[in-house]
Amino acid sequence: MATDTLLPKGWELVVGLEVHVELHTRTKMWCGCSTEFGDEPNTNVCPVCTGQPGALPVPNERAIEDATLLGLALAGEVAERCWFHRKNYFYPDLAKNYQISQYDVPLIHDGHLDVEVELADGSVQRRRVGIERLHMEEDTGKSLHVGDTGRLHGADRSLIDYNRCGIPLLEIVSHPDIRDPETAQAYLRELQAIVRAVDVSDARMDQGSIRCDANVSVRRIGEPLGTRTEIKNLNSVRSLGRAVRYEALRQVAAIEDGGTIRMETRHWDEGRGVTETLRVKESVTDYRYFPDPDLVAVTSPAAHVETVRARLPELPTATRQRLLEAGVPRVQAIALVGTDALAVYDDAVARGAEAAAAANWLVGDVAGQLTAEGIELSESGFTGAYLVELLALIEDGTLSTKLAKQVLAGVLVARGAKSPSEVAEAEGLQQVSDEGELRAIVEQVVADNDATVADIRGGNTKAIGALVGQVMRETRGQADPRKTNELLREVIG
Amino acid sequence: MTDPTQATAVELATALSAGEVSAREVVDAHLERIAAVDGIVAHGDVWNAKPAEELTPDQPHAFLAVTAAAARAHADDVDARRAAGEPLGPLAGVPLALKDVLTMRGAPTTCGSRMLEGWEPPYDATVTERLRAADVVVLGKTNMDEFAMGSSTENSAFGGTRNPWDLDRVPGGSSGGSASAVAGLLAPLAIGTDTGGSIRQPAALTGLVGVKPTYGTMSRYGLVAFASSLDQAGPFARTVEDAARLQSVTWGHDPRDATSVPGEVPDLLAGLQDGVAGLKVGVVRELQGEGYEPGVELVFAAALERLAGLGAEIVEVSLPHASYGLPAYYLIAPSEASSNLARFDGVRYGLRVDAPTAEEMNAATRAAGFGPEVKRRIMIGTHALSSGYYDAYYLQASKVRTLIAEDFRSAFEQVDVLVSPTSPSVAFRFGDKTADPLAMYRNDVATVPASLAGIPALSLPAGLAAAPDDPTTSLPVGLQLMAPLKRDDLMYRAAWAFEQATGFAALPTGPRAVSRSVTTQEVR
Repeated sequence: MATDTLLPKGWELVVGLEVHVELHTRTKMWCGCSTEFGDEPNTNVCPVCTGQPGALPVPNERAIEDATLLGLALAGEVAERCWFHRKNYFYPDLAKNYQISQYDVPLIHDGHLDVEVELADGSVQRRRVGIERLHMEEDTGKSLHVGDTGRLHGADRSLIDYNRCGIPLLEIVSHPDIRDPETAQAYLRELQAIVRAVDVSDARMDQGSIRCDANVSVRRIGEPLGTRTEIKNLNSVRSLGRAVRYEALRQVAAIEDGGTIRMETRHWDEGRGVTETLRVKESVTDYRYFPDPDLVAVTSPAAHVETVRARLPELPTATRQRLLEAGVPRVQAIALVGTDALAVYDDAVARGAEAAAAANWLVGDVAGQLTAEGIELSESGFTGAYLVELLALIEDGTLSTKLAKQVLAGVLVARGAKSPSEVAEAEGLQQVSDEGELRAIVEQVVADNDATVADIRGGNTKAIGALVGQVMRETRGQADPRKTNELLREVIG
Repeated sequence: MTDPTQATAVELATALSAGEVSAREVVDAHLERIAAVDGIVAHGDVWNAKPAEELTPDQPHAFLAVTAAAARAHADDVDARRAAGEPLGPLAGVPLALKDVLTMRGAPTTCGSRMLEGWEPPYDATVTERLRAADVVVLGKTNMDEFAMGSSTENSAFGGTRNPWDLDRVPGGSSGGSASAVAGLLAPLAIGTDTGGSIRQPAALTGLVGVKPTYGTMSRYGLVAFASSLDQAGPFARTVEDAARLQSVTWGHDPRDATSVPGEVPDLLAGLQDGVAGLKVGVVRELQGEGYEPGVELVFAAALERLAGLGAEIVEVSLPHASYGLPAYYLIAPSEASSNLARFDGVRYGLRVDAPTAEEMNAATRAAGFGPEVKRRIMIGTHALSSGYYDAYYLQASKVRTLIAEDFRSAFEQVDVLVSPTSPSVAFRFGDKTADPLAMYRNDVATVPASLAGIPALSLPAGLAAAPDDPTTSLPVGLQLMAPLKRDDLMYRAAWAFEQATGFAALPTGPRAVSRSVTTQEVR
């Protein structure tokens, strides 16, 4: 949907995003418990993260450094001195009934993110979204409401899993600089790519290691900001786009009908494609923030910040530029950045693979087959070396593109235990391009298909396709198509 | 050794290492005295205190639980290792009473609250671990004001503790159980905790040495928090050297407490006997006069003379903001408490009062589980932190705190240690101050300034004064010594010299004192 046609003329959309990122440090923010996702409930817990009386938090230095690294990747300023505050509120999955967070001085302030948005006319526009702050906090446990609706209201009872409680969490708050759903989506996608590039989180929306809430308002152009609603339960980049579109149109319609917008939190219903009131913010919740007396100030002297900055890897913008310069098409460059496939690409290219071909295979067939198999690239055993080998087998005519796809499937099924050559050999997948062998088959096919041959000789050259098909059948698809064509023309004369 | 319960920790340690008595004999002697006098149901592995309504007026009720079986097993283990010639720590085999606010596996940690009645902690506090590592034998857990909020131990949900000097009077608080245990010869040593005076004031009221070490030198890991920026565990003992030895085996940096001060702590014993000659002792102008009982003032004046007689140079100094200490303290401590005590919600441990929704369950549990003083402080703290009041209350109090710390810094540029009375009054009767919270809070007027500044402070017996309401009863008066940050050694040195000069025998005497004759069998 083209941006400028979303809202009626004279209206403007204003969006700010709050993104939470769970760091993938080995241990939690305040204790030595594992952060592993998906373990049995309440197995990664201890007196500290379950808030036992007398237990005390000790900061995870690595988490603070990772947060600093991400802050620098977002062009942010690092506070020389900052504090942890307690955010007080009662909720059963919050073990201490306060969340350790940051308040007046966040670890990182005043950053920005540049995103590229493709416009309706196909041109690409670069937009800058300001980042107000990045602060550190801790994740909560998970409540499971048993019975009735599955939500808290009307549940028979609630079960709480504290495995997630105390996992280091970053909150990244953008300025309300976003004016269309596409930019919101591009921001989230780019942030995800940066988080992965600096390798501080898996940033998986499906596992909740990156979560996004959207603050949405509309106004008549030139007027002050309208009342905003906060949209929750956005489970994918696509949901974000759909929800923002829906909410913007809903707000404009409500105002044009003479209504007003309430300050409220709304829930995105993915199935029905609508936002619904979750809770109304009649007054600002008083969290009674105060400096956590169990913790001391976090200091980041300039020298330390520079040490962290030196750890910054190549960031997505630079990576995309490098790929484009290497001849990778734009769409594929965008698709590769921020995924595991980038490392395989880099490895393959370093081993001599042709950039565009390597990217094409990774973004196309490799990604496609992995999705179909439901496995991750990291667990597939597929490497840069294998990609180089596969491309070489195509290049020297041993494999057709079609056969190469079959070989790839074999490599993935074996989880990398067999190389492409080994798979081709074991399964007898090789192009028949031996001239003598192929000529005999071609001559037989020509002899068996008088009518078609006559048709071709009569000028219907397209009919040669049927004969190529016959040869392919005879060779179980392993005939070199180019050579088969040549020989057919030669034999038919 | 005729009666181990009358011996100091150093005397016991000497006799133990000489083989004159076994750790088991020492522990048994104390267990028997506890069983005889304290109002304990002495059977099973863990002995429990009788319900308050079953206690008689001659029972101090110092202990809430006595870990008899574990104490005996530990004593036997110490004896076995001593017999095998293993090197043991200086206090190995010496018994101790632990305030029920520090976690220890194998017995409940209640904090004197219905909220945690029966809760067995899944882990040991660092202080508990270090006591164990030093082979100090923990006898049990002592009574206290609920969540350490109080100055008389009357706020315990399990009934008050009596002062061994006069069983009709309070032992002070909040560590009243620990003080009563040591003063009543139920243990030679105890650990208490001090947030605004909760070790020093009961030490003063029961004639003991009680110490609040420099903030951050005693790990708070496993100390159930009242006010995190102020809470500090510390020793109770009948002599200065006993206290110094106990502090020496329990303090020092702990990586599990982020507020633990880094680096080495000073040696408390090396210079202990160096005396006070040439030491400059500052008398705090603001911590005397109005509000202090005449008897307390008299003993304090005599103490100054004695210090001067020992060669100390006495000068008057001013802490201009000290008088704001009490109001600042009673904003900061409840503010932190309101957040610290939020975790008691019925979800994970302790009391749960069932109700249809989680929110109602939280509310019903907290309504039933907390006593009135705890509720009062949660409400004060919640208000002081709330939006619109934060600047006027919590923030302003924090600024006062900084000014008081500055006052102390300047004072310590002029003098080596500071002195004041520990408490404005001697031990008072049950119920005297319960009707008026502010009267109770004023007990802490002399102790909170050091708490707010984080500096070390010690109370030791300075002499006896007649009770203002009963001239026939003489009660102990405490002298408070304060030293610069991490100069606990200096304070101990001055205290030792004073103690030697006064020869105060910290044993309760008087018509209504706890019986000293109900002792144990003769132990050889």
